[in-house]
Amino acid sequence: MSLWEYANPKKFMALSARVLPWVTGLAATTLLVGLVWGFFFTPDDFRQGSTVKIIYVHVPSAMMAINVWVMMLVASLIWLVRRHHVSALAAKAAAPIGMVMTLIALITGAVWGQPMWGTWWAWDPRLTSFLILFLFYLGYIALWQAIEDPDTAADLTSVLCLVGSVFALLSRYAVLFWNQGLHQGASLSLDREEHVADVFAWPLWVSMAGFGLLFLALVLLRTRTEIRARRLRALEARERMQ
Amino acid sequence: MWALLIRDLRLATRAGGGFGLSLAFFLIVAVLVPFGVGPKAATLALIAPGILWVGALLSCLLSLDRIFALDREDGSLDLLATSPIPLEGVVGIKALAHWLTTGLPLAAFTPVLGVLLNLPAAGFGPLVLSLLIGTPALSMIGAFGAALTVGLKRGGLLLSLLVLPLYVPSLIFGAEAARRGAEGQEILTPLLMQAGISLGTIALLPFAAAAAIRVNLR
Amino acid sequence: MTAEPLLSVAGVTVGRGGIAFLGQVSFDLRPGEALVLRGPNGVGKTTLLRTIAGLQPPMAGRIVMAEDGAAYAGHADGIKATLTVRENLLFWARIHGRSDVAPALAAMDLEALADRPAQNLSAGQKRRLGLARLLVTGRRLWLLDEPTVSLDTRSVGLFAQLARAHLRSGGAAVMATHIDLGLDEARILDVSQYRASAMAMPATDGFDEAFA
Repeated sequence: MSLWEYANPKKFMALSARVLPWVTGLAATTLLVGLVWGFFFTPDDFRQGSTVKIIYVHVPSAMMAINVWVMMLVASLIWLVRRHHVSALAAKAAAPIGMVMTLIALITGAVWGQPMWGTWWAWDPRLTSFLILFLFYLGYIALWQAIEDPDTAADLTSVLCLVGSVFALLSRYAVLFWNQGLHQGASLSLDREEHVADVFAWPLWVSMAGFGLLFLALVLLRTRTEIRARRLRALEARERMQ
Repeated sequence: MWALLIRDLRLATRAGGGFGLSLAFFLIVAVLVPFGVGPKAATLALIAPGILWVGALLSCLLSLDRIFALDREDGSLDLLATSPIPLEGVVGIKALAHWLTTGLPLAAFTPVLGVLLNLPAAGFGPLVLSLLIGTPALSMIGAFGAALTVGLKRGGLLLSLLVLPLYVPSLIFGAEAARRGAEGQEILTPLLMQAGISLGTIALLPFAAAAAIRVNLR
Repeated sequence: MTAEPLLSVAGVTVGRGGIAFLGQVSFDLRPGEALVLRGPNGVGKTTLLRTIAGLQPPMAGRIVMAEDGAAYAGHADGIKATLTVRENLLFWARIHGRSDVAPALAAMDLEALADRPAQNLSAGQKRRLGLARLLVTGRRLWLLDEPTVSLDTRSVGLFAQLARAHLRSGGAAVMATHIDLGLDEARILDVSQYRASAMAMPATDGFDEAFA
């Protein structure tokens, strides 16, 4: 039995119905453990004090912001090549989640940046890249909203996702060229693993897993909704024909 | 193919074609900036390259929705799609026509606005050069955006939302080259990067745009 | 009737937005033949013509046509208002690799209007220009969607002549029209017999199918 079986809406619905409660439960537990562990059971950083604890939200959301886009890219490619409706709908379902993740990363970054760098916002490459990523999500979602016919919308948004991915990467490097930035400073950058001491790293890993599971639960739920909406459309169309 | 280019140029330059509109818009943007930031020559000189690049980019945006929407309305796009010319070629030619009627005149007109904004003498050459190299990418990316939104009744605003993020790399390298030029630094690196982007978009985006048009026509 | 068909439509299902309008449409068209599509409004004649023209993929079935493809004339004529009649025609001729527009102007009685901007034409004159365009494409297969809309009686006669000459010279045409053009060689195909009903048709939308 091949993996593509689950591209069949019926099989997908059956499987996701069985899996969803477990994923949801697991996501809630992991998030709770990771965040509580991170917030209350790790020491304050000797330089950054308790502000450092925002990384347990900031880093996982930033990671997911990028991963969700990658997932959308893969789903778009699958739609364009194999025409599986579930794939297109999953990409549609994922976009708002990715956008919110980007927004969380930006906001928590600003909240963290204020005490650390003394400013809410700096045109640092990483921050700028995330802002651009946010704009890409915005455009992608707007295109989905604007087009009536679901298959047309799926085709066009997939093409946009493909082209957008290339330009997002280009922007990333263009932005690096444009401004070297604050974010990379070693004392501030906890993004790279080697800078994170183990006491901070473990809860961070758990939080990251929690965000991943949260995304999985949300995207399954939203894809199910999209499939039902699509099914409803098909039924209505059928009724009109009679 | 040439027939299409000639027709598009002719349409753009005849009454109601909108030729000159983007130039006028560019002029107005450049005139408004000193009202916003104050008349100090030093400040203006500092921001002139960037302002002129952003202004050129916005002026370019203005005429994008005409690229395919008009042909869609009067049925020409259907007929072009069934003609012997591949749709990819149609897209490329239309982007070229757009560049010849907006990007090229904008680049040629920029030195005048450079004077208005007190652009340092060393900056004129690099600014015009970066515009000449960068605006083809703007037209091509714009044609892609126009192809995506050609099926929509009021796609203009959405078109801007889709296209502007795609303009970021071109803007960064273009404005960087212009700024470095104005400050007398070497400009080869950003110009080469920009040329790379322009060539890449011209090579690849016609395929994406043609695919989008086919989807929109069906 | 031994000539190779210019157009062969086999078991074609057409529709929009995943909904089938017409199913299992099949016909062959040889040089010199014309097919008139009849049927109530909204039954899918336009969709069928657009599908044959290659503007949208068929949901099922196969369409085979001569190498050089077809000349399609839809509801809109593809006329640019600021160009003159001659410029409009010349443009479409060049696109199809030709340059002689005089016969086309003569055929639809447009010579007197040749240097007038198309925006000054009446609806009927525009339509005549749109039909003259078919000649400059040089293609043998014509796909016409309501070609006689807004034409007066005389122009309809002109068009009938044009169509007859086209058929005689080895061309073929599929047209959706309600007017009797007096083309003896035309077959009439009532497409409502192919109407896809939700009950009879297997679900063509792959999405729907998966739930069935």
